[in-house]
Amino acid sequence: MADVSEAAAPLGRFDLTRIPAHIWVIVVLLLLVPTFTSGFVQFQIFGWAFILGMISLSLMILAGYGGMVSLVQMTAAAAAGYAVAIFGASAVAEISFAWPWPVAVILAIAISVLVCVISGALAIRTEGIYTIMITLAIGSAFFYFTRQNYTVFNGFTGFNGVQPPQVFGVTWNDPTPFYYLTLACAALSYFFAVYLARTPFGLALQGVRDNPRRMAAMGYNVNAHRLAAYAVAGVISGVAGVLLVWSTGQISPNTAAIGPIIDILVITVIGGINRPIGPFVGALIYVVLRTYSLDVLTALGLDGERFKLLIGMAFLLIVYFSPDGMCGIWDRYITRLWRDPKREGADG
Amino acid sequence: MAEAAQAPRRDVGAEFALELTGLSKRFGALAALTDISLKVRPGERRAVLGSNGAGKTTLFNCITGDFPPSEGAVRFFGEDITRFAAHERIRRGLRRTYQISLLFNGLTVFDNVYLACRGVSAGRFSMIGLSPRDPLTDAADELIEIVNLGEVRDAPVADLSYGQQRQLEIALALAGAPRLILFDEPAAGLSPKERRELIAILGRMPNHIGYVIIEHDMDVALSVSDRVTMMHNGRIFKEGLPDQIEKDPEVQALYLGSGHD
Repeated sequence: MADVSEAAAPLGRFDLTRIPAHIWVIVVLLLLVPTFTSGFVQFQIFGWAFILGMISLSLMILAGYGGMVSLVQMTAAAAAGYAVAIFGASAVAEISFAWPWPVAVILAIAISVLVCVISGALAIRTEGIYTIMITLAIGSAFFYFTRQNYTVFNGFTGFNGVQPPQVFGVTWNDPTPFYYLTLACAALSYFFAVYLARTPFGLALQGVRDNPRRMAAMGYNVNAHRLAAYAVAGVISGVAGVLLVWSTGQISPNTAAIGPIIDILVITVIGGINRPIGPFVGALIYVVLRTYSLDVLTALGLDGERFKLLIGMAFLLIVYFSPDGMCGIWDRYITRLWRDPKREGADG
Repeated sequence: MAEAAQAPRRDVGAEFALELTGLSKRFGALAALTDISLKVRPGERRAVLGSNGAGKTTLFNCITGDFPPSEGAVRFFGEDITRFAAHERIRRGLRRTYQISLLFNGLTVFDNVYLACRGVSAGRFSMIGLSPRDPLTDAADELIEIVNLGEVRDAPVADLSYGQQRQLEIALALAGAPRLILFDEPAAGLSPKERRELIAILGRMPNHIGYVIIEHDMDVALSVSDRVTMMHNGRIFKEGLPDQIEKDPEVQALYLGSGHD
């Protein structure tokens, strides 16, 4: 888990000429997506992929930088979603407080951070499979609790009719505004994750990943660093949770059931768990498969519900050929054909 | 070596940099250390010798807090640090290197040394990107030069030779403002040329920095130390000046393998 190549830029000021050409092409294409795609693609494909990508990015920061595979990120996002529904307005008026949206959003992000920090506090003294099991147990507990609690979480049905606010006269869950909103949040999170890798905190986190004992022998409080990483990840999953509830207008226990919890891990591994772009690549593949596999399967005369089989097969193939996901495939096969001299040497 | 640690330093007039009293460590029925009492003065260079299994590395682990002693006390510049967490001891100026290199293989040489410098100064949680204006950047580069790793400054640690990794270990221990460094077999596995470089690096260390060095190579140990402590079966068995220890018949018998009764 060592190669964080976006992070390997040499020390110095942020230099636009250092960004390789293909990144500029992607940036321009992403900005132009609404000009050549339908509202469905903008909202259901890209919007959803950006949100899932952000939740997966929060896992990538913990796992790729910190070596902690946390399965609580979807739960933290769902907790933020619930907070928006409970503190803001929803169709379940007897529970929702209908407070102004900025208050609900801030509380939502704070609650996501809290969920991550509490889970982190329980998990940071463990490693590997035990971290996975503890965080999965917390996720399951949240799922069953929200399903059984009607006073606060409205049980099995959860909340619907959660609307994003009207700001600057724009309805933010219209496809194009929502596309740009999610793109902006995803881009900010991505650049933050890239930037974080070259900060003292980010470097120390990678040190904790490589060798926690040595980090303690250099004056670092290893557990405090791990916990802070959970808090940082909680901010990103919190923002994603807010966008998630605004996109679907509803939140229920199934948002963070075991399936979606595992999906976040699958997305991150498919894309590449070692670098910030991986989760977004993985999320796009996941969303495209999930959206279109039904049509493909029924066209082939198969049961459309078997889309998970397709995702599972894609997962197996990618992991088999490239343990570091699509980013690894890109490194091995594509960059060999198309090398950018400016990046050479910087990638190490 | 620019910035001072934040932890309070209560060493005004402290007679000893390191003072161990009645230190014991048991792993179940195995007594790895028994009643160790040792005093190291500030700036003193002490070698700890002994055969494999004599308890030398266990002694280091008890001093640095890698694991707690079963009995006894550890005082660092007069302060009782027996119950302190490892990072608290480091922030007070205690450093160590490891017998098997414990480095950050995913990071570059510079990143490793920078982390060591940052670990004993403020801003460990800073989310402001590294900049060339950061004084710790200069401190890290200075240390990289001291251990002759300037040529591989931006290389990932995984690409370094074994000897270079040992040198990097020393750079990490020198970061911040060390007052006492515990070197755990720094010469193990080095070529004769690398050994000479190591002796030179240790010789160039400022006088106020003391160290305790575990070393199997008698020549290295005796040439870089002021005093020598011999350990055997988890106990201190002899202490003296390097040439006294070298000539001691019991020590010679032990080192030649005939054992000590």
